[in-house]
Amino acid sequence: METFIHQVVAGIATGGVYASMALALVMIYQSTHHINFAQGELAMFATYMSWTLINAGVSYWLAFTCTILLAFALGVLIQRIIIRPVENAPVLNIVVVFIGLLVILNSIAGWVFTYTIKAFPSPFPKEPPFGLHFISSHELGSIGVTFVLLLLLFGFFKFTPLGLAMRAAAQNPDSSRLVGIRVGWMLALGWGLAAAIGSVAGMMIAPVVFLDPNMMSGILLYAFAAALVGGIDSPGGAVLGGFIVGILENILGAYVIGTELKLSVALVLIIVVLTIKPAGLFGKVIVSRV
Amino acid sequence: MSSNLSSHEKATPWIWLVLGLLGACALPFFISNYHVFQLSMVLTYAIALVGLNILIGYSGQISLGHGAFLAIGAYTTAILMDKADMPYWMTIPIAAAVCLVVGFLFGLPALRLEGHYLALATFALAVALPQLLKFKHLEFLTGGVQGIVIMKPEAPWETLFGLKLNADRWLYFFTLAVTVVMFVIGWNLIRGRVGRALIAIRDQPIAAASMGIDTPLYKSLAFGVSAMFTGVAGALSAILVAFVAPDSFTVFLSITLMVGMVIGGVTSLPGALYGALFIQFIPNIADQISKAAPWAIYGTMLILFMYAMPTGIAGLFHLIGRKLRPTHP
Repeated sequence: METFIHQVVAGIATGGVYASMALALVMIYQSTHHINFAQGELAMFATYMSWTLINAGVSYWLAFTCTILLAFALGVLIQRIIIRPVENAPVLNIVVVFIGLLVILNSIAGWVFTYTIKAFPSPFPKEPPFGLHFISSHELGSIGVTFVLLLLLFGFFKFTPLGLAMRAAAQNPDSSRLVGIRVGWMLALGWGLAAAIGSVAGMMIAPVVFLDPNMMSGILLYAFAAALVGGIDSPGGAVLGGFIVGILENILGAYVIGTELKLSVALVLIIVVLTIKPAGLFGKVIVSRV
Repeated sequence: MSSNLSSHEKATPWIWLVLGLLGACALPFFISNYHVFQLSMVLTYAIALVGLNILIGYSGQISLGHGAFLAIGAYTTAILMDKADMPYWMTIPIAAAVCLVVGFLFGLPALRLEGHYLALATFALAVALPQLLKFKHLEFLTGGVQGIVIMKPEAPWETLFGLKLNADRWLYFFTLAVTVVMFVIGWNLIRGRVGRALIAIRDQPIAAASMGIDTPLYKSLAFGVSAMFTGVAGALSAILVAFVAPDSFTVFLSITLMVGMVIGGVTSLPGALYGALFIQFIPNIADQISKAAPWAIYGTMLILFMYAMPTGIAGLFHLIGRKLRPTHP
C-alpha cells in the first residue's frame, strides 16, 4: 500500500511538471492555434541557463528568478523575430519552423554545454519531510512550486488588466485591436509567459531526469498528452490533464507495463484522444462551416 | 502548383535523363568505395523523400514520424535475412508490402486528424519509436538494444563489361535500379489519376469530395504508398549498412527526412534527389566543426527556406529555368 501511495504522490509531482508544460502549450495554442514543438527545448535551454548561474556561485532561488526572467525574454524574442513572419503561413511552414527551432535550440545546447549528462541541484532538503516515507522533499517542493505558479497565473489572467487584454487578444484579435489592444505584443507576451512557465517545469524536473540536451523530449510528449486529454484550448483542462497523465504514467509504469514502454503510454494516449475525443475533457468542440 | 510542375516535367528533355543515368552508372568506377557507399545512401534517401513528397506535398498530410516506416522497412529486411536466410533482393518487395499495409492502417485514424494534430501524433510516434523497437517481448525478433547484424551481400559477378565489380559497387547498381523503378512508379502515380485526386483533395477537399473522389480512400492510400516508398528506402539502407539498431531510428531521423524534403522542394520528384544529396553531404562537411554543427545548420536552413524559398531547391531551379527560357507567345 505504501508503495502505491508513493507511486501516486510521485505521479502528482511529475504530473505538476507535465501540467506546467501543457499549460505553456495551451497558452500558445489558444492565441495562435499553433502547437509549439519547440516548447520542450526552450525549457531545456532555460534549465541550462540556471545551471550555468548556479555553477557560477549564484544562490539557487536567485538563479531560479533570473532564469524565469531570461526565459521570458527569450520567448518574447523568438516570437518577435522568428515566429511573426510566418504567423499566417500554411500549417506545413509553421510546423517546419517549429521543428527548425527545436533542432537549433537542441544543437546549441549540445554545442555549448556538451552532451554529457549533468546533475542538477534540488533546492529542497535531502531527507523526507516530517518523517514521512512515501514522499521526498523534492516531490513535495515541486508540487508546491507548481501550485504557486498556477495560482499566480490564475490571478494574473483573472484580476489584472494586462491579463484581461491578453485573454481578449487570444479570443478575438480583430475586436481587441479595435479597442486599442496591441495584439502582436500580447502574442509575444504569451510566448514569453509560456517560456517562463516551461523554465520552471524544466528546473523542477531536472533533478529527477538529470540535465542533458534531450531531457525534455519525453516530458514534452507527456505534456502533449496532458494538453490533449484536458482539451488543448482549455488551461484548466491542461492542468488537470497533466496530473491525470502523471499519475497514470507512474501507476502503469510500476504495475502494468514496466518502465521500458513509458513513452508509448503517451503515444497511445495521444492517438486515442485525438481519434476518439479530439476536444479532450474540457475543450470546445469545433464545428467548421463549409 | 500542379500545372507548373507538369510543364516543368515536360520541359526536361529525355536526353538529360539518359545522360544523368549513364553518368550515375559510370561514377562508381572512378571514386573510392566509401564514396560509392555514400552515393548509395543518397539514393535510398531520395526514395524515402519521394514517399514524403507524395504524402506531404501532394496529399497535404504532415508526417513528422516517417522514420517509423524507415525502421519497419529496415527491420523487415534484417529479420528476413537474419532469421529466414532470405536473399537480400527478395526482402525488398516484402518490406514494401509490409509498409504499404502498415501505412494504410496508420492512415485510417490519421484521417480524423488534420494539420497540426497529425503532425503531433506522428511526432509522438517518432519520439516513442526507439522504445518500441527495444521492447523486450519482441527481442527474439528485433535483437533488442543490440539490433541485428546482417551479412553484406557479395557481387554476383567478378566483372561487368570488363570493369571490376565489388560489393559496394554492386550494391550501388542494385540500389540505383530500385531507385529508378521507384521514381518511375512515383512519377506515374503523381501525373496520373491518383496524383490529380490527391492534389484536388489537398487544395479543395469539399469540392473534391463533391466531384466523386473517395477522399478517405485516397488519403489513406497516400499514407500507404508513402510508407511503402519509405519502407523500400529503409530496406535498402539496412542492406547497405548491414546493421539495424533502435538508436538509429530516433526522432532526429524523421526530422532529417523533413529537412531533405523542405530543402529539395515539397512537391517535386527531382527535389527528392537534391534533398537527399543535401542530407547526405552537408553534415559530413559540418561535422568537422562540431558534433552539434550539422543540426544547427539543418535547423537554420529549415527556417531560412521557409522564409525565403518555400519551394526548395527544385523551385529555385524551376524559377531560373523559366527566366532563361524565351516566353511562349
